[in-house]
Amino acid sequence: MSEQKLQSQTVQTTGHAWDGDLQEFNNPLPVWWVYTFYATVVFAIVYWAIYPSWPFGKGWLGGLSNITYVNSAGETKTHSWNTRALLMEDLNKAAVAQKPYFDKVSGMSYAQIAKDPEMNGFILSSGKALFADNCAPCHQAGGQGVVGFFPNLTDDDWLYGGSFDTIHETVTGGRRAYMPAFSEVLGGGQIDQLANYVASLSGIGHDATKAAAGNALFHSETAACYYCHGSDAKGRKEIGAPNLTDNIWLWANVPTTQGEEGKVAAIRGVIANGLNKGVMPAWAGRLSPEQIKVLTVYVHELGGGQ
Amino acid sequence: MQTGLEDQIGLYQKRIPIFTRSVKGRFRRFKTSVLVLAYAIYFLLPWLPWTRLDAPAQAVLFDVPGRRFLIFGLTIYPQDVIWLALLLFIAAILLFFVTGLVGRAFCGYFCFQTLWTDFFIWIEHKIQGERPARVRLYRQPWDREKVIKIGSTHALWVLASFWTGISFVAYFTYAPQLVADFFSGQAAAAAYITVGILTLSTYAAAGLMREQICTYVCPYGRFQSVMYEPETLAVHYDARRGEGASGRAVVRAGRGIVIERRRAGGHAEASVAVERRHTDISAGQRALAERHAKGLGDCVDCGLCVQVCPVGIDIRDGLQYKCISCGLCIDACNTIMDSFGFPRGLIRYDSEGNLAAPTPAAPKLHWRRLKIIGYGVALILMSAYLVYSISTRGSFDRAVNQIRQPLYVVLSDGDIRNRYQIRITNKAAQGQTYVISAHGIPEGALDLGNFREITIKPGHSGLVQASVRLPPALATQTQRFELVITPQGKPAEARSETVRFDSPSQRL
Repeated sequence: MSEQKLQSQTVQTTGHAWDGDLQEFNNPLPVWWVYTFYATVVFAIVYWAIYPSWPFGKGWLGGLSNITYVNSAGETKTHSWNTRALLMEDLNKAAVAQKPYFDKVSGMSYAQIAKDPEMNGFILSSGKALFADNCAPCHQAGGQGVVGFFPNLTDDDWLYGGSFDTIHETVTGGRRAYMPAFSEVLGGGQIDQLANYVASLSGIGHDATKAAAGNALFHSETAACYYCHGSDAKGRKEIGAPNLTDNIWLWANVPTTQGEEGKVAAIRGVIANGLNKGVMPAWAGRLSPEQIKVLTVYVHELGGGQ
Repeated sequence: MQTGLEDQIGLYQKRIPIFTRSVKGRFRRFKTSVLVLAYAIYFLLPWLPWTRLDAPAQAVLFDVPGRRFLIFGLTIYPQDVIWLALLLFIAAILLFFVTGLVGRAFCGYFCFQTLWTDFFIWIEHKIQGERPARVRLYRQPWDREKVIKIGSTHALWVLASFWTGISFVAYFTYAPQLVADFFSGQAAAAAYITVGILTLSTYAAAGLMREQICTYVCPYGRFQSVMYEPETLAVHYDARRGEGASGRAVVRAGRGIVIERRRAGGHAEASVAVERRHTDISAGQRALAERHAKGLGDCVDCGLCVQVCPVGIDIRDGLQYKCISCGLCIDACNTIMDSFGFPRGLIRYDSEGNLAAPTPAAPKLHWRRLKIIGYGVALILMSAYLVYSISTRGSFDRAVNQIRQPLYVVLSDGDIRNRYQIRITNKAAQGQTYVISAHGIPEGALDLGNFREITIKPGHSGLVQASVRLPPALATQTQRFELVITPQGKPAEARSETVRFDSPSQRL
């Protein structure tokens, strides 16, 4: 380096001398640094002008930049720039982009939607989001439900019917399941007999003598189970009374209970205590008709429908 | 005590302006050919038409909003990113391979910084004249001539930079439309910003910063330098020949050196040079013998090698990190050697090992080295795999996901059902119908609802839900089966995917 020493590159001093020979360097900031600093000052002023900045009176200086968007109703909205308006712009952009699809959904019958591959793709993705936002808290993310609380939507058992129309009706108006507590009218022995009979219907290990007595009780006027569950015990969809002869358990936690006696005890509990907790809210008014339509198709596809 | 502070050196090195002299020769011709070829490709490729059904008629189009790259007949989707990774690997290995063999050949002949700087120097030379004229212009006060010449040079640089930016953006959108929109103010903001940034950076890098980019900014130069081996060919000054016993020396007065470009046309000039070379051979040998008797080396210290250097170094100081290995000093030295009738090659491509040898042999390529062969093999394997992978690409992509919430469903009659989501992406140029079937499970177990076949538009994806229902006995035996997707009418392109089947007994 020393050979490359140039006159223009020597370091200056401030020109002062203290104590005879004490000098001070005059090393100015690098030029690029100084200009970068000035540029940031200019940037800041421009930024104040464009974006919300200083508090002003009861509000703040809104800045010159605006956000304008068209919402799904077709209205044009303008706000001064802020992150909330930015979010609204994004949400409305998405809503406007989805609108043609929802319009198409509302104009199509369920039979037509089911056969249209493009619609199918739209429903699989938008239905998934709607389901996750509104239905998953009870029915779980995949629609598998919780035994004893919320019905499984992915199996082939439809309490109120699995056609598009009945699912639509369920989502729109909601449902309320009720079974009286039979401990008030029946003795413990009778309930045990009924439980053994119900277990026998699904091929679970049981006491044959008790089951035979339970069969008689099931069809008698004393217990009158057949009123709701039907004389063949296959349930009645009009009132949501479940089929007792299949492998699907809604309230009694049979699948994960160990041992014959335990399974029968689980059934016994349901008969004795009844049910008054099967409430599904009505979604009409909370969701738009198109959203309900999308959800109906989505739920129909979850379990394969009927 | 503190005296002489003024003598200390400042923190920053001031740039010493470089005015390169133009030169003729093999390396200059090679550099010019590479420049013309590279520019022809870069600037013209976006304008090459190519008929397509579903996209603008442009041969090379990087369609970012459409999530695809269209390169002639090939459409590349994001899932083909492995090709890009491979291409980058190949480029890196090629760089290592070439650097091990012939040094920083990339820097000297192919790097865009070198190409653009070369082009900008050419503009400067055309407007301001040869080196002495440019030095004079630099020193003269800001008069009318200087303002016009310097101003027009910079204006042309900005113009070239601007068109560089436009051409870059033209790869990402339909070029004729872009140019029309750009000048009518209707192009996308991203286009203006990109063109602006590229115009500025090209102008700054090739016009103002030049060799400082290579010296201070670029990391490639540094890591190429460490890949040199003693056998690597690089631009070297043969110090033993050039310096002799008592150093270099200028030729005594009376022998003219013809280095200035003559006014005559190209042909006449060439023939004059050849003629002169012939007539000077005997005279040159005599002069050389005379010099050797005095212990002088062959270097006549004309300084031409320094004047032509685009990075402003003296190659006679030895191999150095600033050297981009462009070979112009070889051309310059050969011109001088010819004019004196001395043998060529005082500055030449040679290896350090050979130059240091007691009896230097003729420079030659040493490729029989572990590193070079290793890079070569890697290069061949990777290129072969890339070509193979592209040539055997499927006409569609598929992704089959088992639905995991829930993993399985027990149905009312005790059967087990698993569900799958199948996504098919059509990569062909036309619409296609796909048929989905299953292998390894009984017929009828696979339920596709209404979509046993699905027709998908080119470049689009389709989603199908499939469910498989097996009786409990069979379900416990079935752990895996295959889903087969067949493009209708093209059974050879069928692809299968092995998927799991879950049942309760397997979980315990």
